[in-house]
Amino acid sequence: MSEIAIKADRIGKIYRIGSGLGVTSDSIYYRTLRETIAEKISSPLRAISGKGRSLELVSESGEQPESIEQEHTIWALKDITFELKKGQVLGVIGRNGAGKSTLLKILSRVTEPTVGTAEIHGRVGSLLEVGTGFHPELTGRENIYLNGAILGMKRAEIGAKFDEIVNFAEVEKFIDTPVKRYSSGMYLRLAFAVAAHLEPEILVVDEVLAVGDAEFQRKCLGKMSNVAEQGRTVLFVSHNMSAIMRLTEETIVLEKGKLVLRAPTSQAVDHYMASGLAQVGERIWQSGEIPVQAAPFKPVKLCVKDIDGKIQDTIRSTKSCLIEIHYQLEAPITGLRVGIYLLTARGEHVFTSFDTDEEEDFEKHRVRQPGYYISRCVIPADFFNEGRYIIGLNASSYRIKRYFQDEYALTFMVDAAGAPGTHWPETRFGMIRPRLDWKIELDDDLNIQYTNVSSRIKKPDSVGETRA
Amino acid sequence: MAQTSVSTNQQDEIIFLSPSRGWNSLKLMEIWRFRELVFFLIWRDIKVRYKQTALGAAWAIIQPFFTMVVFTIFFGRLAGVPSDGVPYPIFSFTGLLPWGLFTKALSDAGRSMVANRSMITKVYFPRLVIPLASVLSGLVDFGIGFVVLIGMILYYNNLPGSGTQISPTIAVLTLPFFILLALITALGVGLWLSALNVIYRDINYIIPFLTQFWLFVTPIAYPSSLVPEQWRWLYALNPMTGVVEGFRWALLGVETAPGPMLAVSTTISILVLISGLFYFRRMERTFADMV
Repeated sequence: MSEIAIKADRIGKIYRIGSGLGVTSDSIYYRTLRETIAEKISSPLRAISGKGRSLELVSESGEQPESIEQEHTIWALKDITFELKKGQVLGVIGRNGAGKSTLLKILSRVTEPTVGTAEIHGRVGSLLEVGTGFHPELTGRENIYLNGAILGMKRAEIGAKFDEIVNFAEVEKFIDTPVKRYSSGMYLRLAFAVAAHLEPEILVVDEVLAVGDAEFQRKCLGKMSNVAEQGRTVLFVSHNMSAIMRLTEETIVLEKGKLVLRAPTSQAVDHYMASGLAQVGERIWQSGEIPVQAAPFKPVKLCVKDIDGKIQDTIRSTKSCLIEIHYQLEAPITGLRVGIYLLTARGEHVFTSFDTDEEEDFEKHRVRQPGYYISRCVIPADFFNEGRYIIGLNASSYRIKRYFQDEYALTFMVDAAGAPGTHWPETRFGMIRPRLDWKIELDDDLNIQYTNVSSRIKKPDSVGETRA
Repeated sequence: MAQTSVSTNQQDEIIFLSPSRGWNSLKLMEIWRFRELVFFLIWRDIKVRYKQTALGAAWAIIQPFFTMVVFTIFFGRLAGVPSDGVPYPIFSFTGLLPWGLFTKALSDAGRSMVANRSMITKVYFPRLVIPLASVLSGLVDFGIGFVVLIGMILYYNNLPGSGTQISPTIAVLTLPFFILLALITALGVGLWLSALNVIYRDINYIIPFLTQFWLFVTPIAYPSSLVPEQWRWLYALNPMTGVVEGFRWALLGVETAPGPMLAVSTTISILVLISGLFYFRRMERTFADMV
């Protein structure tokens, strides 16, 4: 099995940035005729007066831009070269905005590379999202056929797998009900089930396993490892390190659009985790990293501090620590909640908490006015187990809008020196390591009772004996 | 996209991805391979439309029928617009039927790329499939409307004292050609609009204006015989003139048989379609990033 499945040669992709706002691969960007007309009119003018503008830029960045065009562009992906053999399962990891999704979009032909070429041997099935093209008014049955066709399956193929799909999704009873009446769990199960039964030679999967409940995720993971075992070529993007480790042998790490490492998965995951070190307990968002849709919320930084207020990458589990979220609001937001996800290095959730979790606080900050804010919380001492943890950031208004989310904003280490049980040099399982208030007492009363009970049990025997 | 597919012996297809520049080939064979998707998208459009609306399929009748009623009252009765010796309701309905097919196809196709944004950004398939399906899904409504037209003709034929007898001649067999011409024109213009709509959302506002304007330069409420002789040639450049006149000629036996002007307007439609296809393919590479 040494045949090549994918061969990418110096692939790169430029995105335009409009009016100073960051544009990620997912952001919606279009313009109106008025803007274009205005641009066409002003561009000759700019060519004349353009000197002043680029000079400004030189003073800012210290280097001469090659052309005016470059002012408005960003390399989402640059110089990506790799080969993937048939039957190989390759993981792709990297921070938000590192270019993972862009890479998958190019390989699945959704978008074109700006430079470079790629060769793909075989039919590609892409799973960049589950339930693409699902229509709420259509029934489960109708959506299976529609979604299957969109994903590239033939009608006969879908028909042959229909029962299997319905079984996997566990929606037999509701198969003729419009999916708008489905619970979100059922909807996701059905959507994933269709996609999971695609049988292309090359499967490209993006983070689709990150949805649904734990039971469902387990099931999806099982299905995905089946796919991998069948000898199909898989390219798999995930933030869930345990899923990556379970499904892939080799992984590539992307950083700011560049491929920085290709190594056996465990090594790549270590590298990725350690790359959080570079940020030493602090994550600062550059304007290019913030999607347009985040407005008016603008994350500034997220940091972990020790009890003395110093930014730390490693905290002591026996001391409490602070988590600070700095952000700006450019317009008032109603019902905003800013909070964190805390995950283990393997991507399992430890907890989720928001700054307005207390109803009182929520009432008090019902409308947050524009300004620079810091939301701060204290994590008590004796909470974490040792190891590396991940903090994700979420800013949203419940059921209205999710402004910003970065599931992997920052990592930090926990040193368990002096924590409960550390006098035994063993690894303690579990995500947390609480100092529980154990009491050991000798209870004389119970001791007597227990002795009596045990002696009473013997009595019937002795009674019997006397009768006899 | 500038992908070239090479099929080797073991059906092991190789796709080459590279940045494309300039004009691309249309790759119509690929559309053929995705014909099932076209079918499913048409089926979805129709199903959803009829499920979401209270009156469902009745809308296919209500819309042209009431327009016909309004036209009959204002143009036929009040303004006394001539109708070439056919009862005015039948005259206008015969024009409204292909017109409805055309405008629906045109506006749906024009909005289709933006409406299907979520699919475009997540899955690969030839993008042409989307406007194509939008255009074709109008045929069902057209079919329903056609049944109504037949009913109307029968009604007027049996109306005592009306004196009109409309009986189809062999010319009816040319109807599919006129339907095709309406679809080709709608697809051609729709392709231009849908590709432009991805970049300029102004198209959403242009579409209703365009169809309204187009309605007046097409002989639907009035016969084209009202147009002064010296301007007829200009008037006939509008492919929809050919379609509507052709419909009346084929079904009602009125107006003159299509002449050389029909060849001109057919050529224009085909040119619009071909240029639309190429423009669409040229813009296709930016759709997923721009839409």
